[in-house]
Amino acid sequence: MSYLSDVAALARKDLRLELRARDTLPAMLLFVISTLVVFHFTLPQGGSRLAAFGLLWVALVFTALLGLTRAFAAEREGEVLDGLVLAPSDRSAIWLGKAIAMLVFLVAAEAVALPAFALFFDPGIDGRTLLGVALADLGICTVGTLLAGMAAASRARELLLPLLFLPLAIPIVIGGVGTSVAGGGRYVELLVLYDAIFAIICWASFEYVVTE
Amino acid sequence: MTAAEKYVAAAYLVVFATVLAYVLIISLKLVRLEREVAELTELARARLAPEAAPVG
Amino acid sequence: MVAAVAMIAFFAPEDADQGLSQKIFYFHVPIALTAYACFGWGAWKALLHLWKRRPGADLESYVAVHQGVIFGALTLVTGSIWAKISWGVWWAWSSNQLVLFLVLFLFYAAYFMLRFSVEPGPRRANLSAVYALFGVALIPVSFLAIRLANDFIHPTVFTSHGPQMSGRMFATFCVSWAAMLLLVGTLYHVELAGKRLDSRLRELRELLA
Repeated sequence: MSYLSDVAALARKDLRLELRARDTLPAMLLFVISTLVVFHFTLPQGGSRLAAFGLLWVALVFTALLGLTRAFAAEREGEVLDGLVLAPSDRSAIWLGKAIAMLVFLVAAEAVALPAFALFFDPGIDGRTLLGVALADLGICTVGTLLAGMAAASRARELLLPLLFLPLAIPIVIGGVGTSVAGGGRYVELLVLYDAIFAIICWASFEYVVTE
Repeated sequence: MTAAEKYVAAAYLVVFATVLAYVLIISLKLVRLEREVAELTELARARLAPEAAPVG
Repeated sequence: MVAAVAMIAFFAPEDADQGLSQKIFYFHVPIALTAYACFGWGAWKALLHLWKRRPGADLESYVAVHQGVIFGALTLVTGSIWAKISWGVWWAWSSNQLVLFLVLFLFYAAYFMLRFSVEPGPRRANLSAVYALFGVALIPVSFLAIRLANDFIHPTVFTSHGPQMSGRMFATFCVSWAAMLLLVGTLYHVELAGKRLDSRLRELRELLA
């Protein structure tokens, strides 16, 4: 019980911080809209609906990446991560709280991005696409938060995160594009499998990322 | 020699060249390590010599 | 190491009589399997580091991953040449193994970026170990994903893979695989010894200075 309340408190802290400072979310929103506008001009006239879906996924992954680079920024600037690590709670609670906060940001950005995408490209978004986006969000946030923690410990920081994250995100992109373009349960199964495997690994290994 | 044969030969050559390059890098490193060992031996000898001198 | 190279050199002529473009198979597939073995070994050492806190496991994991990346790059090159022979193109997105190796290559290249941008110490060992563990989870997942992806990127299915091997071919294949494993094992030990020697020397220098 106390584990869950720790997680909730940590996630609430991040959300409240964001509400006060408004660092990440407006940037993510603006980025995803501008990306979609850029994509409109890169897509040839009369380009297919399938290609538009591909671009949607590119926009979503890079928007998530933008948010993730900021994930541990507050902790780093205030140098409170060491304090959090020393707090008498399970370290994986830090990861879970952070991942939940990132999930909220990402869903909020997508709540704007998906209608904008439907408006600009008229691709016909259906329930399958939404399911794919939701499952992919889970994977992106679990893996991305852990990798952001890793990147925060390195000298290269913002530079390193995309390099670490994109190869790991390839199965997510395949599953996501598959659910929205090709349909079929196997892509959903792939996303569920990915989420489950990597959530377990992240949960078990976050402790080692923040301690010595 | 057919085109396919050439490609096969090229593939083998690439692998061989890579292994060769690896061995070369390792040998260069070995040379560097050897030089360092020699340097350190000199250093150790110089350090020990003054202490050994009154005894001998 | 000499023995391994000699075995490969000795064995290359033997399969010359068994079909031309097939010959690369004895090289390409063992190299690929060996690269998997390296990544697996690296992850195992990473697990030992995190779990048992065994000293030196971090370095062993790093060296294994390093070998794996070298062999992965070789797989990409030989696979690309093989694709040129059998399909007439240098790169085939429909070849699952090649695409998987490209993903893995990018992933492990990022491993080196991570390692070189963190100060040496227990923190770096932990981060590298966690990332190496991600790698073994990524291999089956992305293999599955890439096989699925071919359905919507390339609806046609290639059947050039999985040739029926005769007994002699299989024997040749096994021997060349064993030789490759021997080679990688030797290189692993050589590199590991070099790295350990390096750190010992640094220690000695600090003691003397």
